[in-house]
Amino acid sequence: MKRFIGFVRKEFYHIFRDPRTMVILFGIPIVQILLFGFVITNEIKDAKIAILDQSHDEITKEITNKLISSGYFILEQKLKSNNYIEDSFKKGNIKEVIVFESNFEQKLEREKKASIQILADASDPNTASMLTNYTSALIYQYLRELNGEFINNVQITPEVRMLYNPYLLGVYMFIPGIMAMILMLISALMTSISLVREKELGTMEVLLVSPLRPLQIVLGKVTPYFFLSFVNALSIVLLGKFVFGMPVTGSFVLLMIESMLFILLALSLGILISTVSDSQQSAMMISMFALLLPTILLSGFIYPIENMPAILQWIAYLMPPRWFIIIIKDIMLKGVGLLYVWKETLVIIFMIFLFIILSVKKFQVRLE
Amino acid sequence: MRTILFILQKEFLQIFRNKTMIPIIFVVPVIQLIVLVHAATLEVKNIEMIVIDKNLSQTSRKLISKFEGSPFFKVKAATFSMEEAYNKITNDEATVLLVIPEDFENRLISEGKSNIQISINAINGMVAGLSNAYASSIITDFNKEIIPDIVTIPDKSLLAIKNINITNSYWYNPDLNYKNFMVPGILVLLVTIIGLFLSSMNVVREKEIGTIEQINVTPIKKYQFIIGKLLPFLAIALFDLAFGLSIGKLLFDIPIVGSLWLVFGMTIVYLLVVLGVGLFISTLTNTQQQAMFISFFFMIVFIMMSGLFTPIESMPDWAIEFDRINPLVYFMRIMRMILLKGSMFNDIKADFYSLLIFAFISLGLATWRYRKVA
Amino acid sequence: MDKHEYIINTVDLTKKFGSFVANDKLTFSVKKGEIFGFLGANGAGKTTAMKIMCGLSKPTSGHVNVAGYDIYTETEKIKKNIGYMSQKFSLYEDLTVYENIRFYGGIYGMSRKNIRQKAENLLTKMEIKKYRNNLIASLPLGWKQKLAFLIAIIHEPQIVFLDEPTGGVDPITRRQFWDLIYEASHNGITVFVTTHYMDEAEYCDRISIMVDGKIVALDSPENLINKYNSKNMDDVFVKLARNPSVKL
Repeated sequence: MKRFIGFVRKEFYHIFRDPRTMVILFGIPIVQILLFGFVITNEIKDAKIAILDQSHDEITKEITNKLISSGYFILEQKLKSNNYIEDSFKKGNIKEVIVFESNFEQKLEREKKASIQILADASDPNTASMLTNYTSALIYQYLRELNGEFINNVQITPEVRMLYNPYLLGVYMFIPGIMAMILMLISALMTSISLVREKELGTMEVLLVSPLRPLQIVLGKVTPYFFLSFVNALSIVLLGKFVFGMPVTGSFVLLMIESMLFILLALSLGILISTVSDSQQSAMMISMFALLLPTILLSGFIYPIENMPAILQWIAYLMPPRWFIIIIKDIMLKGVGLLYVWKETLVIIFMIFLFIILSVKKFQVRLE
Repeated sequence: MRTILFILQKEFLQIFRNKTMIPIIFVVPVIQLIVLVHAATLEVKNIEMIVIDKNLSQTSRKLISKFEGSPFFKVKAATFSMEEAYNKITNDEATVLLVIPEDFENRLISEGKSNIQISINAINGMVAGLSNAYASSIITDFNKEIIPDIVTIPDKSLLAIKNINITNSYWYNPDLNYKNFMVPGILVLLVTIIGLFLSSMNVVREKEIGTIEQINVTPIKKYQFIIGKLLPFLAIALFDLAFGLSIGKLLFDIPIVGSLWLVFGMTIVYLLVVLGVGLFISTLTNTQQQAMFISFFFMIVFIMMSGLFTPIESMPDWAIEFDRINPLVYFMRIMRMILLKGSMFNDIKADFYSLLIFAFISLGLATWRYRKVA
Repeated sequence: MDKHEYIINTVDLTKKFGSFVANDKLTFSVKKGEIFGFLGANGAGKTTAMKIMCGLSKPTSGHVNVAGYDIYTETEKIKKNIGYMSQKFSLYEDLTVYENIRFYGGIYGMSRKNIRQKAENLLTKMEIKKYRNNLIASLPLGWKQKLAFLIAIIHEPQIVFLDEPTGGVDPITRRQFWDLIYEASHNGITVFVTTHYMDEAEYCDRISIMVDGKIVALDSPENLINKYNSKNMDDVFVKLARNPSVKL
């Protein structure tokens, strides 16, 4: 046991002594959290639009003002005729053109009806549909105010409640995802590389002939990363809470226990990778393509799994981070307890055992 | 010139002899396009909805069928229990809950006004925002089309109501096909990843195996070395672009409106930027592992901020300022404009010049940092 | 002696890394055509000095002149006239024998015809013609070393620098390697070689012995053995390394 502790201490020194590794371990997670948190928002603001006003009357001016003062839009250009629309879109500096027909006010007064055309650059379809919706909503609101004097306009008003994330903050979605990604990156990638490096440099053989048992060697290499990952998980949760106000509605202890389970899962995966690869480069490649891409794409981190084609949904079931993300989202945002996440927890525990058994099998084959 | 040819010959031999290289060149584009386009979809359709209709009137049914009739919503279950409905949302079985109160129709007829409640699981803000937008446009339509039929309004007042008729038209992508948006973006990611990883790990590999020293004692000129290292990756990345474009066209039928010559010309300029950065990273690091981590870090930052996932306008001001030095932003815009809108060189001139400046800077840095020393 | 006979001249060559002095005021000259040995224990500063002479790093102070060119201002001209074989094996393992020859010949500006001819001679000399299209990775270490040497002189430089060229190879191959060195020397190439094998030192025309960054002795092997009353070079070295102040 004493020997083992000495070995673990040596491994810690290795990691702490190299400033580049420290930057990778602690700098990258923090920078990423801050970036994702601040940069990724779903609200629309300051979208650049152009207006083609063929009428130039009081009403069109009022509508234009209403749109601009909403904060969603910036009037980038006033177009003179239809011919300029295509040109502006092609230069790519505006996202939407609002066209008032000629004699707008007159028509509205006499025929009680006038037309507005909204042209959106749908090369980014989601932004386009959000923009047109915002625009119509503002115009209808104006119309209600205009009509309000005469009559209670007949209509249904929806009361909308955004559950769990009232301000539609991107952080709520990203913090669980980043947590999974960082823990994967550090635990699986770093351990697999550090184990393979010993193999590559031939120092693994030296360790194997030492009185340390193989299991102790692997544990010794892995222990520092377990602690480092845990510190990372903790700092991500704290950053989320104090910088971005992401709540931990559920049990904090449960959250930490689940994180430890996931770290164990990632570590066992890292060990498995190290048993199948014989160079740092191949360990890196396997980790990149087998771990990182799926973590980002197929775990529900950014993209909802429900929208994917069936095959990908099936593959997504096999992705460890997917389960972890569900668990932390549930605990942090919905405040549910183990009763709600026991299924996912079992999946993670099952995967840990699976990877460990596979690694032991692989390792024995190699020794023979 | 002859010296460069010798370097090129050697680089190509090494690239094609490397067994991990072929999968990278051929498999990465396929995976990226096929998996990413399907997986990385923010196309929001068939949002699952739970309905609590306490009114059970003709109007409430019409409203529900209006939701059901749109491609955006799918009514998954109807119930009367609020608890059950919330449970379903908590368990992610549904995203939206629509509650129609008991006095819905009555109030509409007597007061001309009524409320409904819509609750949305907003953990994914993007989906929630879109769900809200779709729901409100359905209700707006319902207000306009159906209510006048149901509710009798005195003729006089009807006459007094002014109405503005809004028509939306979506240019360049009338069906709001999300793939048209993603494919050009993914092509940009593709050439960036291939270019950056291959170039950043290349020179550092020669450092690791020690051959760089042997090259440094030869009278080879810096620019010959850099060009010899750049061109093979330029060729591979361009090949991958062509490959990716073909997949996009054949599998997803993405529109290619503008000139392909322009696409490739712009890609060359952009790749000079990326490869310069890669070589620069290569000169700063000592091991492939470091090179890989640094490239990975920068790539994540630049990709996340590139506007592929969220529109740049929505970002905070400092991020918008930062994006002025993000080459991906320029190239992503150029690709979309040429491919989807058929923009000509004149339309993208400004972005082109910016990329050109980046190319000079990054190649300059790489040449400057590359020292023929041990 | 006429100054023109010297091909390398260094005066007070000093290289510091921070406070560590790797080379301390080295002053020596190498004659055209001789085999000049640089002896010293690991870390004595041999490789550092050699890298400076090859133009791979700059000295902190002192004058160095190689093949008639100044080390500070004319490194690229020097590089045209020298060959170098580093301590780290530096052929491309994933290229074949011939591809390596062609690449290095090519970047020294040799014509394709010239390269082909040279390659034939070289392969015949080493009797490895049939391995011409084998990957370097598949060759035994001794062959690789010999091949690396022949490639280092493929462009017929005036001087070739060899940094511990025989590290890790068996005595027979070392002997063969030295035959190649003699042949190169015979063809008029000056050979500058570092080693810590004392028996190899005796193959050199002149040797300088470095201890802790300083040159403590410089002469022909016979003279040194006589001077220090020793049986062989090994003895000389042990005496000097134990007590550098023993100067007679």
